[in-house]
Amino acid sequence: MTLFNIIFYIAAAIVICATGLAITRQSTVHAVCYLVISFMGTAVIFYILGAPLLAALEVIIYAGGIMVLFLFVVMMVKDQQDPRDKPSRIKKWLPALILAGISAVMAGMLVFADPGNRLRPPAVTGTPQEFGRILFQEYWFPVEIASLLLLAALIGALYLGRRTGHPEDTP
Amino acid sequence: MTLPYTHMLFLAILLFMMGAACAMTRKSLFMILIGVEVMLNAAGIAFVAAAMRWLDMNGQVMALFVMTAAAAEIAVALALIVCVQRRTLSTNADRFNLLKG
Repeated sequence: MTLFNIIFYIAAAIVICATGLAITRQSTVHAVCYLVISFMGTAVIFYILGAPLLAALEVIIYAGGIMVLFLFVVMMVKDQQDPRDKPSRIKKWLPALILAGISAVMAGMLVFADPGNRLRPPAVTGTPQEFGRILFQEYWFPVEIASLLLLAALIGALYLGRRTGHPEDTP
Repeated sequence: MTLPYTHMLFLAILLFMMGAACAMTRKSLFMILIGVEVMLNAAGIAFVAAAMRWLDMNGQVMALFVMTAAAAEIAVALALIVCVQRRTLSTNADRFNLLKG
């Protein structure tokens, strides 16, 4: 048991607890706040696994960008409590349970097909220089596709969010 | 100084199942989106763990693309929620059962 292991297990416990709290909250704002904690823990795990650039991006993009955007929209939108918004009955859980069973079997197969692989984590494997070199030399085409995807998402979000002249569209 | 790969895989699988359960059982559109985000995050952890396991940077690049897709997806989904909430004044997924209304 070394420091790496201890930090990894603490971060994993924080991530699992924060995610479990996030997905069970009734209030969306509380859920988003717990999710930010979960993403911070994920960033720690990324750093331990030798991806310092991804750890920084996780904090900046996920916790800083996406979750703040989420919080803005949650606070902007009037979310009235609906009496029909009751927790699901057990019948609705059946497909979820079946899927969970299949996932558990597949996870077990994955784990037992590759047992006892103990990693030896160096302090940092993927320096940002190495990461950028591979990203822009071998993956230049997916990077262009990703930029197109982001542009399409931007235009789509602007189009969907615009105010039209219809009286039913005004809040 | 060793970490079992299976423990990281278990973490990713557990997170993915938590996100899937949230996306399938909650009715608020925001909570469904949160479930999807948790699932994408779990996929990123699995990619980075695999990159560590085989000492291959390609997994980390894939995790970056997962992050990009999550950002694009959340922007469009939030715009859709705002758009649909203006019409129905609700974010309950069960309310959206009319094709032309």
